[in-house]
Amino acid sequence: MKILIVDDFSTMRRIIKNLLRDLGFTNTTEADDGNTALPMLKQTKFDFLVTDWNMPGMQGIDLLKAVRADPELASLPVLMVTAEAKRDQIVEAAQAGVSGYIVKPFTAQTLKEKIDKIFERIEGSAG
Amino acid sequence: MEISSTERDDYLAKARELVQHLEANQYESAGSLIDGLTQLRETTLYQELGKLTRQLHDTLSDFHVDNKLSKLAESEIPDAKERLNHVITLTETAANKTLTVVEETLPRTEELEKKAMDLKAQWDRFRNRDMKVEEFRGLTREIDDFLSWTSVNATAIHQGLSDVMMAQDFQDLTGQIIRRVIKLVQDVEENLVGLIKLAGPQRQHTEVTQTSSDIAAEGPQVPGVKTTTDVVGGQDDVDALLSSLGF
Repeated sequence: MKILIVDDFSTMRRIIKNLLRDLGFTNTTEADDGNTALPMLKQTKFDFLVTDWNMPGMQGIDLLKAVRADPELASLPVLMVTAEAKRDQIVEAAQAGVSGYIVKPFTAQTLKEKIDKIFERIEGSAG
Repeated sequence: MEISSTERDDYLAKARELVQHLEANQYESAGSLIDGLTQLRETTLYQELGKLTRQLHDTLSDFHVDNKLSKLAESEIPDAKERLNHVITLTETAANKTLTVVEETLPRTEELEKKAMDLKAQWDRFRNRDMKVEEFRGLTREIDDFLSWTSVNATAIHQGLSDVMMAQDFQDLTGQIIRRVIKLVQDVEENLVGLIKLAGPQRQHTEVTQTSSDIAAEGPQVPGVKTTTDVVGGQDDVDALLSSLGF
């Protein structure tokens, strides 16, 4: 399971990486912006994308839309982990096809629940 | 001074009359003519003043209509204060959480050290065949206890470290907040510079002199922020300074 973590703050990437490692996901890669992440996604096969919203170059919402628009990437599970908490934003993310939405500050428990839920849904639709 | 061609003709006519009256020694007529000239001059002055006042008024209204300044003063700056206060709260909470975990975890690790050392000493004796059978029974019980104690405490230490890690999430949130406030400060700076230019474009740029006292508190040293007073580079410098003074 290859996971890409995208956030412009390195401390946040580090925290998420450690949490994922605790949950057993040790194969993680990091990117510091949507516009560095997108080429990485196109070049290598990732199984899961965790991204922030507010980034200076390409925002997470635009990264999500680009992923869903690319036939090669469209089915990639995308989990947003962000401080953005406006109703309109959550709705927009949902409409853009986000697989899960976590608001900061969050707990390790929440991250685990949302990831489990995403994979349940995937297995459910595959089975 | 700028004058229109009609004003110029007025001045010329009056000046010519004045010369005539003076040459004819008609000093009273000359006097009233000079009064007339003075009045002309004052009218021109008043007109200039009127024009300048109108210009200033218009520029100030434009500035107000632009709304940026009033918005900054009325909502964005109070907002910024709130945000920075929140940063203080977030960092304080994170620091306290971390300190609490450390306070709880350090004693556990100290006990672990102590227990392991005690046990090792006994185990070494056993390995050197320096232990009687009954003592060995005691040792097995202690090993049992130690293993149980360690499972419980290792879990607690692990959890504590995870909590410390999660507590670092403040940095991302405070970072985002502070970036916004920096942007606001830039906006205020631009608007102030605009105001200063309005107020006096011919003004010379005066050097802002440091008037604060040499011992007034300044807060932590920030890399990149110049200080006008002499500061030390770290604890070693402090020690060296004190030692050179004989302390």
